[in-house]
Amino acid sequence: MKRTVLAKVATQSILKNKMRTLLTMLGIIIGVGAVILMVAIGQGAQGQIQSQIQGLGTNLIVITAGTSNQGGVSHGAGSFNRLRIDDVEKLQRESVLLAGVSPVIASGAQIIGGQGNWRGRINGVSTDYAVIRDWETTSGSFFDESDQRQAARVAVIGETVKNQLWPDSDPVGERVQIRNVPFQIIGVLAPKGQSAEGNDQDDVILAPYTTVQTRLSGRTYIPQILASTFSPDEIVSAQEEIASIMRESHGLAAWEEDDFTVRNQADLADAAQGTTQVMTLLLSAVAGISLLVGGIGIMNIMLVSVTERTREIGVRMAIGARGSDVLTQFLVESVVMSAIGGLLGVALGFGGARLLGDATGWSTAIDAPTVVIALVFSGAIGIFFGFYPARQAAALDPIEALRYE
Amino acid sequence: MGSRRPMGDDQAAALGDGPQLVGEAAPTSEVVIETRGLERVYATGRTEVRALDGVDVSIHDGEFVAIMGASGSGKSTFMNILGCLDRPTGGSYTLSGTQVELLNKNELADIRNARIGFVFQSFNLLSRTAALDNVELPLLYDRSGRKLDSRKAAAEALQRVGLGDRLDHEPSELSGGEQQRVAIARALVGQPSMILADEPTGNLDSRTSVDVMTLFQELNDAGITILIVTHEADIARYCKRIIRMRDGKVIADEPVRDRRIASEDLETLADLDEQDVVEVTL
Repeated sequence: MKRTVLAKVATQSILKNKMRTLLTMLGIIIGVGAVILMVAIGQGAQGQIQSQIQGLGTNLIVITAGTSNQGGVSHGAGSFNRLRIDDVEKLQRESVLLAGVSPVIASGAQIIGGQGNWRGRINGVSTDYAVIRDWETTSGSFFDESDQRQAARVAVIGETVKNQLWPDSDPVGERVQIRNVPFQIIGVLAPKGQSAEGNDQDDVILAPYTTVQTRLSGRTYIPQILASTFSPDEIVSAQEEIASIMRESHGLAAWEEDDFTVRNQADLADAAQGTTQVMTLLLSAVAGISLLVGGIGIMNIMLVSVTERTREIGVRMAIGARGSDVLTQFLVESVVMSAIGGLLGVALGFGGARLLGDATGWSTAIDAPTVVIALVFSGAIGIFFGFYPARQAAALDPIEALRYE
Repeated sequence: MGSRRPMGDDQAAALGDGPQLVGEAAPTSEVVIETRGLERVYATGRTEVRALDGVDVSIHDGEFVAIMGASGSGKSTFMNILGCLDRPTGGSYTLSGTQVELLNKNELADIRNARIGFVFQSFNLLSRTAALDNVELPLLYDRSGRKLDSRKAAAEALQRVGLGDRLDHEPSELSGGEQQRVAIARALVGQPSMILADEPTGNLDSRTSVDVMTLFQELNDAGITILIVTHEADIARYCKRIIRMRDGKVIADEPVRDRRIASEDLETLADLDEQDVVEVTL
């Protein structure tokens, strides 16, 4: 049987029963629509979560001192410290991809003030630190350039430190002693909770690195430099940029290895990605089930149709249709139905996603592969669920079929 | 299968006066159907039903045969086998030189398509499908590779049965007689070796029956071989030869002695109608 004829025969019988065809397709329409909608929501949420996680600092870049290697014996990361404040300043001056650069000079310190004393971590950082970590203050403010220049004895404390020493009052303006050096509290940081490693990020005191260098540690080298990019896409190129600026700053010759390490927090981003992927998968699975139900609907109707049209099948066979002709006819019918249903479903999914986006403000995203996969899948459902009824039809005995009332 | 042949001697003779043994009187025409010791046994559980029990029949090109018998006589089974819808369990059946009992399912379908035109009691047209599409249907399944304009052939077949002006009508818009004409056109369109009609007038009133038989006689006069299964003696009398069956056997095979011409009967019926009208108006 010619292909055009086959298509004609199939469309003829589909159009003969418009209402039934529509109801049959409804299962596929809703199924495909749901898949498109769910994936749109999933991908929208993925984008949203990604941006939230970036707020936690996934576009962070950490620069640490490199390794030293004496006589073939590695001394491990940070064993040979060559990071200096010059490096930080050069990065700030020359980098175009970095949103902020800050040294981190960390040390433990006893802090005395308020209702007692607390052993905390004190980080000497630059004013960029607030930008890099996307960290706001709930009270008071971060220190500024002049504080940094003058090595002012000012500190911004984390939520945990505040709760320990001033559980009931605002500590801004209070005087404290850090390692016996008097400091003034000028701000309280917004709570950030635990880090990915399980550390309490709020158990921290931030002070200008100049102050920490001169008044507390006395060290001129910097164990760690923290930087961030404007967008997560630029992390890799920013890392390359940092490396070239750092090599220049350290005056390394072409044959010399880096004496520093530049790392990003890709693992955190990966974890976030994983979470949203699982979510998208889950939503798609739910939608896929509805598509399956739609397919069973098609099979049901096709079976009914085979029974109903037994006589027609008998006539077709009597006048010379082979079993394979009948099989193909019914298969084409179910595939055409599910494919048209799939197309309508895509339209429904698009409309639904837009409507939902407008109504709830959720961001939704539909990409071409989703549409293609949904269409291919609905066609496959047509073949899969159409095959059994089609085979039933093809296996009919023409004599029995002709006698069927 | 050959193309349509000119009217054979036997037809000329049969149209003439007097009874003749058609099979023997047609030595020059080709044998279309030849069965030898045809058997069809249905095994239902432990019992065997011998629906056909050794049937020997020869039917030549251009014949017009009625197969008669009570229900259970095996005539339907015989018809199914002649129509290549079923295979015999014993004996041989040759259709235009092809050994049918040796064919597989697909070959049976192809031979039905190429050599047999079916006409059914209940017309069996596809509903909500135009007459032209219904008639075209057999050509859609044609695998013989012959080049044919199927639309044109279907239109011509409808023309031939007198429905040239009803091409786009669906079965529901046609009378019973017209529907049967469409079905006959569908049987004709593939230029088969024979037309096989199963109680073709069973669902029609007597006048339309005569009308359909007129068409069959016209087609037969033009050289087409026709087999009709019927239990109506009136209808069988329009044929040229009657094969009577009982218990799976042929009990009589004879030419029709007082053959009726359907077109003449139709005129008589028309005259009667006119008289009725006159009576009423008087």
